[in-house]
Amino acid sequence: MSEAAAAPKRAPRASLGSPEGDDVFGAFDPRVARRFLAYLKPHRRSFIIAQVAVLFSAAGQLSMPLVIGWVTQSVIAHDVGRFHLALAAFAVAAAAFAAMFFLEEWLSQRLANRVIFDVRRHMFAHFQDISLSFMDKTHVGRLMSRLQGDVNSLQEFLENTTGAVGDFVQLIGIAVILVAIDVKLGLLTLTVLPALIGLRAIWLPYSKVAFRLARDASSTANSALAENINGVRTVQETRREALNFQLYAEKAQENFRAQAHAAWISQIMIPTVDILTGVALGIVVVVGGSEVLNSHLSVGVMVAFVFYVQKFFDPVRMLSMQYTIMQRAMAAAHRIFEVLDVPVTIADRPDARVLAVEAPTVEFRHVTFGYDPARPILHDVSFQVRPREVVALVGPTGSGKTSIISLTHRFYDVDQGQVLVGGVDVRDVSLDSLGRTIGMVLQEPFLFTGTIEENIRYNTEGASLETIVAAARAVSAHDFIMRLPEGYQTPLGQRGRNLSMGQRQLISFARALVADPQVLILDEATANIDSFTEQAIQKALKVLFAGRTCMVIAHRLATIRDADRIVVLQAGRILEQGSHDELMATDGLYRHLYTSAHASFDDEAVAATGDAEFATRT
Amino acid sequence: MSEKPPIGRGAGPSSAPTVDVSAMPAVLSRIARLALRYPWRMALTFVTSLLAALASLMAPQLIGGSIDAAHRMMTSAVHPGDAAAVKALLMRNAFLILAATSLRGVLTLASGYQSEYLSQRVALDLRTAFFQQLQRLSFGFHDRIHSGDLITRGMLDLEGARALINGAIFPAVSLVLLAAFVAWRMLALDPVMTLIGLGFIPFAGASLGRMGFRLRVTWLRVQQLMSALTLAMEENLQGIRVVRAFAGRAFELGKYDAAANAVLTFQYRRITLRFAGVLGMQVSFYISLGLLLWYGGTKVLAGQMTPGRLTEFVAYMMLLLGPIRQIAIIFNSMARATSSGGRLFEILDLQPEVADAPNAEPLRPTEGTLRFEHVDFRYDPAGRQVLSDISFEVGAGKTLGIVGPPGSGKSTIANLIPRFYDVSGGRITIDGTDIREVTLASLREYVGLVQQEAFLFDASVGHNVAYADPWAEDARIEGAARTAQIHDHIAGLPGAYETRVGERGVALSGGQRQRMSIARGVVPGPGVMVFDDSTAAIDAVTERKVREALAQATAAKATVIIAHRLSSLMHADEILLLDEGRIVERGTHDELVARGGVYADLFELQSRMGSDLEDAA
Repeated sequence: MSEAAAAPKRAPRASLGSPEGDDVFGAFDPRVARRFLAYLKPHRRSFIIAQVAVLFSAAGQLSMPLVIGWVTQSVIAHDVGRFHLALAAFAVAAAAFAAMFFLEEWLSQRLANRVIFDVRRHMFAHFQDISLSFMDKTHVGRLMSRLQGDVNSLQEFLENTTGAVGDFVQLIGIAVILVAIDVKLGLLTLTVLPALIGLRAIWLPYSKVAFRLARDASSTANSALAENINGVRTVQETRREALNFQLYAEKAQENFRAQAHAAWISQIMIPTVDILTGVALGIVVVVGGSEVLNSHLSVGVMVAFVFYVQKFFDPVRMLSMQYTIMQRAMAAAHRIFEVLDVPVTIADRPDARVLAVEAPTVEFRHVTFGYDPARPILHDVSFQVRPREVVALVGPTGSGKTSIISLTHRFYDVDQGQVLVGGVDVRDVSLDSLGRTIGMVLQEPFLFTGTIEENIRYNTEGASLETIVAAARAVSAHDFIMRLPEGYQTPLGQRGRNLSMGQRQLISFARALVADPQVLILDEATANIDSFTEQAIQKALKVLFAGRTCMVIAHRLATIRDADRIVVLQAGRILEQGSHDELMATDGLYRHLYTSAHASFDDEAVAATGDAEFATRT
Repeated sequence: MSEKPPIGRGAGPSSAPTVDVSAMPAVLSRIARLALRYPWRMALTFVTSLLAALASLMAPQLIGGSIDAAHRMMTSAVHPGDAAAVKALLMRNAFLILAATSLRGVLTLASGYQSEYLSQRVALDLRTAFFQQLQRLSFGFHDRIHSGDLITRGMLDLEGARALINGAIFPAVSLVLLAAFVAWRMLALDPVMTLIGLGFIPFAGASLGRMGFRLRVTWLRVQQLMSALTLAMEENLQGIRVVRAFAGRAFELGKYDAAANAVLTFQYRRITLRFAGVLGMQVSFYISLGLLLWYGGTKVLAGQMTPGRLTEFVAYMMLLLGPIRQIAIIFNSMARATSSGGRLFEILDLQPEVADAPNAEPLRPTEGTLRFEHVDFRYDPAGRQVLSDISFEVGAGKTLGIVGPPGSGKSTIANLIPRFYDVSGGRITIDGTDIREVTLASLREYVGLVQQEAFLFDASVGHNVAYADPWAEDARIEGAARTAQIHDHIAGLPGAYETRVGERGVALSGGQRQRMSIARGVVPGPGVMVFDDSTAAIDAVTERKVREALAQATAAKATVIIAHRLSSLMHADEILLLDEGRIVERGTHDELVARGGVYADLFELQSRMGSDLEDAA
């Protein structure tokens, strides 16, 4: 604030949040609709019952004015028998309507929720299968908005769709009844319909614009809120509260204006429909009344007519609301199917084997690979990791270390050559068995919400608490875990915020140990961990490596020196390999890296490559 | 954590819903009071609703009158003059009907728009209040709550509370008005018929009231389970590499199914409850209507009532049908608003644990000396003592180093200086003034803290560096980036300082992120600099360059460096070795090494393990 006063002319270098900018409305697309119907198939029975119930409840509702007309007519005619008959008909119609309406809504809303969860699950499962490069490129927030926002739009549509069918049936039914009762009066009354359709056609483009603006404004405001929540500590540290509030208040104001405008646009149709109802009623009163006078029409029929005309516009109003919902759902469905259409490139072959090898080898045979095949990252890479051998991968950023470990786990498929684990091409084995053979510890440990115990167990469901404690002891995590307020039952804060980096690392080691894989792949943390934990980590690594075939992207000299063999990579090619002493004896890159001032084996060494990576990923 | 307000940690499926029966009227009336802050709009909405209800009543009367006129005409002897008069009456009525429905339409538009406007206005107030409150609440609060939970409250719950105004309050008001007018009109015509016609109201009310309460409980549960599901999905996506690395697909889908089925069970329950309520209401309405037809019909048969009057009664009943259908929607949104509003107000009502003292004045530093005097600290009054009897002094131009194992309280010290938490004992002063006596804004402007984990915003690199002082000139931004050794990297980016940082800075390496946050800390030129392990991910060589540049930039300032790498702080004027919240050793690097204690061991260890490189350099 004070800065603002000091330099009022300069606009602050500040923004908050970023809008999504997706299309809000989609045109009706029969292909999308057909695909969507596939989700209804397993629930055909309740779907059909619901539709039948709609027909009955609409019929019940339709017959109501007619029945009331009969009642009126019978009392005018002083026919007691018919009067009682008409009352009985009323009771039947009312009971049928209430029961069928309950059945229709109860079934279709349950169905809507069920189908929505099926769609969401399908999408969620798809995210588990599609290529990591897609996942890397797409913000989690965006994926979540597919899983939540778009799915919710569909839910809204589905919950209302059975009702819409009912409205449509009623609309047609009323039109037919009006004409059936009295052709002239019926047709005359229906003349207001073209006027309504015309007015709606004028209104529609305005409403689209207004609704789009409203949604954009709300997503902009919400994204600003989310960002400020996620970064609230930084906001307070840098005293940005006032400025951020100002930025947010502008967006919230804008949202308010857009919502109010959209409300105005959507409400404007109400008087239009009401005036047209008035016109139709006027026609009935004047023309119908005259016909009654001329004895062409009975009073009862005219009463029925009045009620039908009043009812006629209810479904019209509902249907125009439905139309907007349908358009929103179409756009959402489009985006959902777009996600579902992302091909699964890595999948089990039909004849995939189960990989079960004791102490397997890992071998790369002439592997060429690139995320973009036109720009390979690995060029003709061949090397072997023998059973129970520890191999360190060393090289600057962009040299292809991460690609090698990703290919071993078959996160991606090679463009040329072969990756073999236990002598079998990874493409010939089932992904599940490959995943259980190969354990992986990532550079940045990721912990889930839950207790420490749950995090160490992860998906090794059979692991007992003893196994977990033993693993934690083996990686020297037991002591600090026991010092936590609830020991192994301590719930982790968001992403393990209540633990230090090193402690999180140790937990991820314990997780790998419990999974007990034959092959271990480890991407060593670059971060400088405190010496106390660092010692524990070095000890833990020895435990982890024991008896396993290991591949390590190493940054620590201690780790590199302890490896049985070192593979030195540069620009996607293997430059040299051998033990520390062997490599120091030759005058290669390793010796150069080791002795030069830039000798950290991490990302700072080749800045230019890092920049290229930055550019492609943002 | 114990005595603090009950904020669900991610609201897992295990946490039982805390349903306070008495909360419903309190929460609802509080939302209503927010709307009352706009009395004129509120009044306008009510008046237009009232007039719209009145206009609605005119049409049935006119229709009934027309029918009776036509009927009279038919049953009596035909008089040509009469026929012309009746026709004129019909014409007049037709115009009046048109006028009445048009009027009703315009009034409905006005009240509908006003109520939507008002609800959006209240939403705006809630939104800005929520935003401000989140910025005011201290770290202690944010430590306890999951950010996803806050986002859910700020979006979905806020919408739920807003929907009460235009989805429940005004529809309920128009419903009551309409029912009252109908009752009044009906009473004027025939009290017995009125009793029969409106007899369903108490039954429908009772059935809906029961439903409303149970619906609220169910809604609350649905919302809690839904946020657990959201959390499960979000974490899966964020940790997708771990999931794949551990072949966790089946496991994750199992987790998803468990969470999703829990939501679905309660959604089903909600649907059954809601439509059972609707069913009860409709059945009672139709019983009333049926009885009305029977009674009225019998009276017409007996010649005690005209058919037009019966029609008028039925038309009134039909008029109620639409709004009555809305009752279920009204109750549904009331139930939702109660649980949503409760979750929202829970946050809005919290008092920030750290706030300006009533007589706080801006900090007026003279020399710039930071002192800790016998500081004790615990995060939770009932919890473990995190810091015990910490005392030190850092003068301007001096550097204090702090080292110690994880959990020894180093970061806590860093967070106490800008007063993100308040000390439990002792005091912290700047130039002799207790930091609790000055305004937070001036204190935090004076203290620059660089955290270990740098949070980067979804904005350009330049915006991120200039975050603490968005009005800073380009030269200062660039200078700060140079000090942090990140300028060359930024300059090499495709859009230089205008390049957008990916979500949560995924596209930058850990070291680059840390250097960005160091640059950010340097820009405003604070009087006290605190580095909380903020060079951990930077390699040793670059770190040395950063340190040298910082030494120049912060030469006249009090500096606190927390680090694991002893080389980062061995040049400090004083070094504290912390263990379990106590200072166990203190002195200069040389003194501590000479003493042969824990520090000396640590130095020995680090020289052996990792710092070969630095020796080589």
